[in-house]
Amino acid sequence: MENIIRKQLVIIGGGPAGLAAGIAAREAGVEDLVILEREHEAGGILRQCIHNGFGLHRYGEELTGPEYAARDIARAQELGLDIRCDTTVLSVDGDRRVTCVSRAEGLQIFEAGAVILAMGCRERPRGALGTPGTRCAGIYTAGAAQKFVNLEGLMPGRRCVILGSGDIGLIMARRMTLQGAKVLACVELMPYSSGLNRNIVQCLQDYDIPLYLSHTVIDIQGRERLEGVTVAQVDERRRPIPGTEIEFDCDTLLLSVGLIPENELSLRAGVALSPATAGAVVDDALQTSVPGVFACGNVLHVHDLVDFVSDESFRAGRAAAAFLRGEHPQGETVAVLDGEGVRGVVPQRVHPGQDLTLMFRPAGVYKNASVVVEADGVEIARKRALVFTPGEMVALDLPAAKWANVHGDLTVRMEAK
Amino acid sequence: MMDRETDILIIGAGVVGCALARVLSRFETRVLVIDRADDVSEGASKANSGIVHAGFDAKPGTDKARLNVLGARRYPALCKELGVPYKQIGALVVAFREEDRPVLEQLKAQGEANGVPRLRIVEHDELMQMEPQLNPSAVAALEAPTSGIVSPYELVFALADHAAINGVEFQFGTEAQTIVREDTGYRVETSRGVIRAHSVVNCAGVDSGRLHSQVSPRPCRIIPRRGEYYVLDHPAEAPFSRTIFQCPTKMGKGVLVSPTVHGNVLLGPTAMDIEDGLDTATTAGGLAECLQKSALTWPKVSTRTAVTNFAGIRAHEEHGDFLVGEAAPLFYEAAGFESPGLTSAPALAEELGRDMAEDLNLRQKETWLPAPEHEKPFNEMNDAERTEAIAGNPLHGQLICRCEVVTEAEIRAAIRRPVGARTVDGVKRRCRAGMGRCQGGFCAPRVVEILAEELGVPMTEIRKGSGASDMLVGEI
Amino acid sequence: MKERIITCINCPMGCRMTVTLEDGKVTGVTGNTCKRGEKYAMQEVTAPVRMVTAVVPVADRRLPVSVKTREPIPKARIQDCMAALRQLHLSAPIEAGQVVLADVCGTGIDVIATRTVS
Repeated sequence: MENIIRKQLVIIGGGPAGLAAGIAAREAGVEDLVILEREHEAGGILRQCIHNGFGLHRYGEELTGPEYAARDIARAQELGLDIRCDTTVLSVDGDRRVTCVSRAEGLQIFEAGAVILAMGCRERPRGALGTPGTRCAGIYTAGAAQKFVNLEGLMPGRRCVILGSGDIGLIMARRMTLQGAKVLACVELMPYSSGLNRNIVQCLQDYDIPLYLSHTVIDIQGRERLEGVTVAQVDERRRPIPGTEIEFDCDTLLLSVGLIPENELSLRAGVALSPATAGAVVDDALQTSVPGVFACGNVLHVHDLVDFVSDESFRAGRAAAAFLRGEHPQGETVAVLDGEGVRGVVPQRVHPGQDLTLMFRPAGVYKNASVVVEADGVEIARKRALVFTPGEMVALDLPAAKWANVHGDLTVRMEAK
Repeated sequence: MMDRETDILIIGAGVVGCALARVLSRFETRVLVIDRADDVSEGASKANSGIVHAGFDAKPGTDKARLNVLGARRYPALCKELGVPYKQIGALVVAFREEDRPVLEQLKAQGEANGVPRLRIVEHDELMQMEPQLNPSAVAALEAPTSGIVSPYELVFALADHAAINGVEFQFGTEAQTIVREDTGYRVETSRGVIRAHSVVNCAGVDSGRLHSQVSPRPCRIIPRRGEYYVLDHPAEAPFSRTIFQCPTKMGKGVLVSPTVHGNVLLGPTAMDIEDGLDTATTAGGLAECLQKSALTWPKVSTRTAVTNFAGIRAHEEHGDFLVGEAAPLFYEAAGFESPGLTSAPALAEELGRDMAEDLNLRQKETWLPAPEHEKPFNEMNDAERTEAIAGNPLHGQLICRCEVVTEAEIRAAIRRPVGARTVDGVKRRCRAGMGRCQGGFCAPRVVEILAEELGVPMTEIRKGSGASDMLVGEI
Repeated sequence: MKERIITCINCPMGCRMTVTLEDGKVTGVTGNTCKRGEKYAMQEVTAPVRMVTAVVPVADRRLPVSVKTREPIPKARIQDCMAALRQLHLSAPIEAGQVVLADVCGTGIDVIATRTVS
């Protein structure tokens, strides 16, 4: 009675990563592929990101989230890709057996030649912060609030405080304000915001919403619905400073305190994860530690720009197609290591001497600085910029010519001027 | 607000009130259970360690000791009958200093006097083999193999459902304010009108002292004692296979580290006496203490995988024993049910129910319906069972909570239970949707939608929990 | 003479620029690192513009449709634009790209749907 289906390629997730991977794989000749999407429609989180600013790199224009997604969906339809919505994957194993359920098909098991993990990420909830106080209504992650407002047309509150200055939090500060709510403050634990300057200007400053840097929420009040939060300044070790408390009378607290790659399925498949990215350890073909299992997009590492997600996922799709043709890169690999000031370089293992894109986040704010790539203590590439911040992922191209004769591990580090 | 009449009024829909209601539902009598909250199990019964204690903590000869041991014995069969998750995983009370060894000996003697089976002292080497994650400075431990874990609120839901299908009525959002003795029984003024009852049972948890004093000249002081906890996500490998206690102090059993029946790890509780019996806010100090004390048991403890923290209030009677029996004519009570209140509740309900039936000359019903069947959680099914479940109800094919693997069918079933979920928290505790690592970030909007559909109200009327805990404030 | 402080949005530098104005005309920009900053600062103090995106309910549909101004509109008109959108009554079908409100608030700019509701 088992419902087993053989597929060349199974892609888990029909957001921007899964769609791009599917498009690239089909364009590279993979005929028999399926994209499994748990929501009712493809497009992933872009469906609820109704603001503009997507696609600048890829299309040279500013699209809204739904518009960006629609272009990939249209292309996927043109190519006749099989996208199964309302289908939730329950498990993936090391032999690339993907078990999923849906109302229409019941439980199905796909035996895949290759699997691409494209499940995206989730938001850190309040519980992960350990913020004390009551557990009343009115506390939402910014993304959950965004879903209510933009997809359901429902307002989660009228007087908001936003904890965390990630881009989703900033975007929601503006959304809530435009829909008639009062946003009292945006509170950021770190001395800098992890959001884009553009969002700080256009989502906070435009509406006179104060940004409290080096502050956090230390108490939450209200038995039934939220009635208020206490905010305090923190010291260099991020501990609240007594005497700096500010009370806010609010009915809503939105959390924008970090995104976590959603790797529960990957873990059960035996995929090794990197502590730095919380995503899979991959090689230059974006293949994980499990042969034939690839990862791309926010499940691999959290991106700032969907354009880069698409770009990375096209590569994953092509790499999976190559794997299915038996053309996967062979031979010795070297490690790519996080050096000083660098966090979570992807990929972590590479086959030497080919065109490569390295991506990572700086561990702090670096002004007038360089990224340096070294092999055996010798500099092989350098990228200078006026500023590097943890809020902006750095992409560094390493052309094959630059490291044709490298044998040792690569180290990527920041160098302040 | 309509005035109501009943034969027996139970005040408090926690584990004690619901267990008693279920026992009384065997008899020909009208039973009404009221609670100030909008669901059962909203007080101490939902926020505790979920431990079925073996029974070595209480002094021999006390009600606590007797009911604990009797209760613990009943748990396996009761949970099986009701379809409630329960596991007899055993417990260790660990001495981390040689000076604490006599405490273990004393607990062992006490437990044996109470009739707890198979207690033994385990020495360091064996202990470390049994629980390799334990702090190696552990000297020895008392092992109690009959100690268990249960999902406390799921037990209460099952007790309430079983009582309800046998005719017990529940009225929520109803706080008992004043109790007046009348010729034919009691007149109870509530936040929702007057209820006249032939007899009253006070199971009001932290509020039971106040109600007691309205009818009995005997003093009774219930002190709210708050305990704060952390819940950690289910790890790939459980750090401990048993409940690990530290040596008890005068404030209670101390901070434990324990697996839960759903595979999470629980740390806590702290113990702090407070004024306000409803103040379940966690505090920075309490959470820090919870973590710091857990580290004595589990040096590798970290809140990196914490999914939530919470506080529960135990109703501590100032002399430390349960108050059980008839406080005034036809006014029964089960008060001061701090730990091991959860363990003792089934035994207490049997005893008190039997006594009441005798006092009130209650006649047994000819038919008493068995507990409703419980479908196995989708999360625990194998592929074949899942295939069959979806064939039977396609809504099992629609996953709503991805973290805890909960289907739309299960959420709808939670709402349609005899005492069904009416709130997002009610759904969460009945079927675990929103209980996982994303804490409802993804599924809360869907749960609100399903609740609205099932209850036939707009989404804007759905609440998180009791009272004015609205999830949403309106349309855009 | 008036001075305004502007944070540049062009790159992560976020230069804090001081713009000097005399009789409504820019007489100087300081604090910028590059030419793009200067241009942005001039625009921002003389004629700031913003895109507006929102959702609008659709008759007989549970879910609203997302919309945007086709081009940025004067920043001062954002609230007027939102007020106009609140008055809007839409019904399906709606094609992505379709004008749902022409010439919003006399800005000469149309509001268009960004999603298809069939």
